[in-house]
Amino acid sequence: MRRPGAAAILLLTLALSGCGERQSALRPGGAVAEAQASLTYVMVVGGALILALVCALTLFAVFGGDRWRRRYGRESFVVAGGLVFPTLVLAALLVYGLLQTRDDIDRDGARIRIEVVGEQFWWRIRYLDPDGRPILETANEIVIPVAQTIALSLKSADVIHSFWVPNLAGKIDMIPGRVNDLHMRADRVGIFRGQCAEYCGAQHARMAFYVRTVEAEEFDRWRKAQTRPAEEPENPSLKRGAALFVAAGCGACHAIRGTSSQGSVGPDLTHVGARATIAAGLLPNNAGALAGWIASSQHLKPGNRMPSFAVFSGVELRLIAEYLQSLK
Amino acid sequence: MREALSIVLVSTLLFACDGDREAASHLIPDADAERGGRLIAMAGCGACHEIPGIVAARGIVGPSLRTFARRVTIGGVLANRAGNLMDWIRDAPRIAPGTAMPAFDFNEREAADIAAYLYTLR
Repeated sequence: MRRPGAAAILLLTLALSGCGERQSALRPGGAVAEAQASLTYVMVVGGALILALVCALTLFAVFGGDRWRRRYGRESFVVAGGLVFPTLVLAALLVYGLLQTRDDIDRDGARIRIEVVGEQFWWRIRYLDPDGRPILETANEIVIPVAQTIALSLKSADVIHSFWVPNLAGKIDMIPGRVNDLHMRADRVGIFRGQCAEYCGAQHARMAFYVRTVEAEEFDRWRKAQTRPAEEPENPSLKRGAALFVAAGCGACHAIRGTSSQGSVGPDLTHVGARATIAAGLLPNNAGALAGWIASSQHLKPGNRMPSFAVFSGVELRLIAEYLQSLK
Repeated sequence: MREALSIVLVSTLLFACDGDREAASHLIPDADAERGGRLIAMAGCGACHEIPGIVAARGIVGPSLRTFARRVTIGGVLANRAGNLMDWIRDAPRIAPGTAMPAFDFNEREAADIAAYLYTLR
């Protein structure tokens, strides 16, 4: 039998690091993720040690000879090693696991409340005031300040989704007709990728979101900017783009606060230009990708709930995309 | 026999000339085609274009860029030369106002790298 060799080890290491910094449960960025990572390491290392022990005993049993069999073939050893040892270890692991995963973040200190609604195949995000009323609505990107407890209310508009941002927290299912609560706290500034973690349909694999953790002042600035309605553009080509957006009926599904577009079926686009990505993490956010998405969304993400708008002339498509990009 | 040999020789020379002309106009000093490929992936060019060698780049809004290096025009408007390609990538609407392709915020170095990648598509 060939030895696994350096190649296999290298592949394994690459696979483990494949998720990179932005979407890795092994790079905790907050309290919940740290507890999960600790539990993971304890179980993996502990499991590996027990596996090694069991393999060694197997080898001794097969190749060890009479002396080993006499010493370790007795019933008392089987009871000790096969009954007492696992019971103690598993009981200890159970207690440890329950302690690590208990939700002991200071809930009452959560001054930022966010409602996340899973939709096919994007994330509706509403920031709430202390009484639970929405202050602002956005999509596919959550911005939070570091070192503060965030209270998330997780819901679903259609089927079961699951909220998971490996660096910070999750997975918690989002079940239609039910509200699940999740508290989390980010300990460092960064941008982390999250992913729907419960199969929800054709584009489940392309239902991603980003969490940006920023300093408190930047968060206040961002929140203020997000609550402002969109401004009427002055630039003539942006004006034309805005008019085309309305004329094409985009407002039937999308809202741009401050305009006549008040649709709530699809993501709120009031500040779409400020997001890092579009189409739930599928594409970078620039006018070109926006144009491609508008004209061929069904080709890029077949089965998503937005039809392809292959009806525009080249310049019309570009003007609409440039208008949306300007909505920062 | 001598005729056949001359035909073969002349044809080869003609092909060689064509290749030289193309190679010269596609030459971009110090450009990094590999970095260009990464820029293409990050910018989402694949949302509109099919681009060989770029993951998930199979867009149908703009023309496919398969064998782009062999094409004679850019967007049916400009001669396919390195300088023109870089201008096009950075601000297509200025050259062709009716185009769906918007301007992109690339600096000259980045546009050169992207053009170099596109010129590997033969």
